[in-house]
Amino acid sequence: MTNNKNSNQDTQDLSRRKFLKSGGLVAGGLLGGSLFGGLLTSQFQKGTKEETASQANKPVSFDARTFFSRNEDFALLSAATERIFPENANGMGAIELGVPYFIDRQCASNWGRNGNDYMHGPFPSVVKTDVYQEENRPKDEVITSSTVVKLPADTANYQTKMTRGTFFLEGLNAMEKTSQDKFGERFVNLEPEQQDEILSMFEKGEVKFSGVDSSDFFSLLRQTTIEGVYADPVYGGNRNMEAWRMKGYPGPIMSFLDKIEEEEFIVMEPSSLRNYQGL
Amino acid sequence: MAKKLDKVDVVVVGSGWAGGIVSAELSKAGYQVVMLERGKDQTRSDFIGVKDELRYTNRHEMIEKLTGDTITSRVSIGDAALPVRLQKDMNTGTDLGGGSMHWAGSVYRWRSYDFEIRSKTIERYGEGKIPEGMQIRDWGITYDELEPYYAKWEQTAGISGEPDPLGDKRSNEYPNPPMLASPAIKLFKESAKEIGLHPYQMASGNMSQTYTNPDGETLNQCMFCSFCTMYGCDFGSKSDPLATVIPTARKTGNCEIRTNSLVRRVIHKDGKATGVLYTDTRTGQEFEQPADVVVLAAFTFSNNRLLMLSDIGEIYNPETRKGTIGRNFTGQFNSTFLGATGFFNDKKFNYYMGAGGLGGALSDYDADLFDHTDLDFIHGGGIELRQYGDGAIKNNFVPKGTPTWGEEFKEKSLFYAFRTLTVWYSAAVMPWWHNYMDLDPTYKDEFGDPLLRITNKLTEQDKNIAKFGIEKCTEIVEAMGADIIDQDELPDQFNHGYDGMHYIGGVAMGEDPETSAVNNYLQLWEMENLFVVGGSALPHFSSHHPTPTIGALSYRAAEGIEKYLKEKGGLLTKPKSSVNA
Repeated sequence: MTNNKNSNQDTQDLSRRKFLKSGGLVAGGLLGGSLFGGLLTSQFQKGTKEETASQANKPVSFDARTFFSRNEDFALLSAATERIFPENANGMGAIELGVPYFIDRQCASNWGRNGNDYMHGPFPSVVKTDVYQEENRPKDEVITSSTVVKLPADTANYQTKMTRGTFFLEGLNAMEKTSQDKFGERFVNLEPEQQDEILSMFEKGEVKFSGVDSSDFFSLLRQTTIEGVYADPVYGGNRNMEAWRMKGYPGPIMSFLDKIEEEEFIVMEPSSLRNYQGL
Repeated sequence: MAKKLDKVDVVVVGSGWAGGIVSAELSKAGYQVVMLERGKDQTRSDFIGVKDELRYTNRHEMIEKLTGDTITSRVSIGDAALPVRLQKDMNTGTDLGGGSMHWAGSVYRWRSYDFEIRSKTIERYGEGKIPEGMQIRDWGITYDELEPYYAKWEQTAGISGEPDPLGDKRSNEYPNPPMLASPAIKLFKESAKEIGLHPYQMASGNMSQTYTNPDGETLNQCMFCSFCTMYGCDFGSKSDPLATVIPTARKTGNCEIRTNSLVRRVIHKDGKATGVLYTDTRTGQEFEQPADVVVLAAFTFSNNRLLMLSDIGEIYNPETRKGTIGRNFTGQFNSTFLGATGFFNDKKFNYYMGAGGLGGALSDYDADLFDHTDLDFIHGGGIELRQYGDGAIKNNFVPKGTPTWGEEFKEKSLFYAFRTLTVWYSAAVMPWWHNYMDLDPTYKDEFGDPLLRITNKLTEQDKNIAKFGIEKCTEIVEAMGADIIDQDELPDQFNHGYDGMHYIGGVAMGEDPETSAVNNYLQLWEMENLFVVGGSALPHFSSHHPTPTIGALSYRAAEGIEKYLKEKGGLLTKPKSSVNA
């Protein structure tokens, strides 16, 4: 945080990656409470007039959390997405691309609230780990919201009252708990290899906790990370179209009529939806 | 209390290809038509500037919201069915133009074999070839009888294509030349030819040139911008109902289109339909729309459910195998579209460009074009390589064994971006006694009406045909010179994904009222002024997408309705008892 002394909220997130790298500091510090005051101060701190003026022509971002209330949850989410799509020789990772903010906005959206989905009960439990104990239940048993039913084979069904936003909060909690149980340490403070180990446990569905299937949570986390990396920058990820540049994807283009028969791969400077819509 | 409106000649439920064609043809013939659409109004200009992969492909902007109702799904008759809750798991269309607005545009006629599948199978292999419980039958119409209607739909839709060298005979050329072939498609076609197959450029609902159809509607040339499937076309160059039949119906002055109108019952008295009951979804106000003829032209699920909720016809009972409504449910599931993916180390394709109906295809392993004597399935599948234009979110292919996240994933997914080509087999799906639709005993919609329940199990037939297809696709990808080839894996069982958009049957056509619900004009046997048009009429699922067949049958139904109105009643075809199952 020391090197953040002069920054304001608009530029703070640009160094978010370093900010998180330099510390487990964030979460660890917050727990102790020692840094909390400092964080708050930095948010309200105004630079000197000269500094403000010198930033006037720089691109600014007003990213802020609108779903995840707790710093710890967001820090954990950020660290996890970075392991899924890490910074490497190919270019930026999830944090620098803005993926955590993308996920935050998605959770706050209609999608995060399952606004277009069928969310009426009764809800059978989807805790697959419990299903085996339930094998002796008669198959024609009436479903009630408290009944655990054996889900049909290979089901992809979403059978929970939880919205995706809640699912994220529960899933992150579970990751934090697993980290404490396994390594006695907060997830954000773990070595990358240890973080990967936790993520793998989730991916394989090895973690058992109430209400959420860990592999379902992992696939939601992975999918939203990929979406945040590659969706149009209008949604908060894929900052400055850097992920499209890495991939050689041009974004929305009006016509390829004159290029569709070309043999050579054509690399174009990407162009965003904002550019395409022209308003 | 529902407000009773003035009677019209015909009320049409649904505004996709089926409802659009029927409305256009009858309003052209001078009849007063009211078309009811549960979704919102929209026009082609609504799609300008919407090339947004997240919003349309991943967040399903054009897909029906499941907030009010959905389906429930199970594998076996003894299981409890659970609702398909997420929009991503059930991609049915909505809004004016229906599912036809976000179709990709691939166009195939079904085969002469399809229409007489039972007779032709018995003729060539004997009755023993058909397993017990597989409910295939002849359709009550032959390819030759349906051919002029296919031709008419192709002219209206402005299809771009060249004839399949192994296709059935055609009375006309496609109205537009085939789409341009990209290098990837050329590679597919040349490689397939080298190993003795018969590839061709697949026919397309994307326009290869500017085209004006026989109704005077003009479509623009396709720009290969790649935003077709799950999108409305922002150039007006994909054939859809808003570009063709809906404006045709409108300009007659005889067709009134009411959107936000959710039909909840067919009203009937003394064996005749008298109209429909619908709710304005914005105000909750209920209306009764009386009509001489009622046409259900909604999606398969809605057509079936409306009949069941209205207590019309006998719901299929798998125990007795009697009853026709809900019978012969099929569709494209997780056993369809399996094949092989090739990774190319030294070649990169401009695969971010494309169109929904841009691809190479071949029919060598389709229908009964190859000998099934030693094979443990009937029918077959079409092989395709499609260049939709891969979006950035979707295009993250890595060879099997690569982690699906982390450093190595990132590295390889970036390297193989646009170096990955997939060839798949779109396998036919046969109807079985245990796959059907009825009403769910537990789950309800927002009005308290039971949801439609689907019972669907993958069979050995489905798995065997898919396995065969994976092998054939692999041979082609090998011939294409891929460095790494990954075969798709066979699913163990149906996974309750209804995201393939193509689900049919339940009000299936035929000759015998014991086993079919409608005749070959899609007129309900049990209620002669009720026509049920759309995918619900198809008795089995052939090797390719159903749209042209639905289009053709809709023209046939429109002709029947006109005949019915002129002749003031009667069944248009006489029932025939047969040994057909």
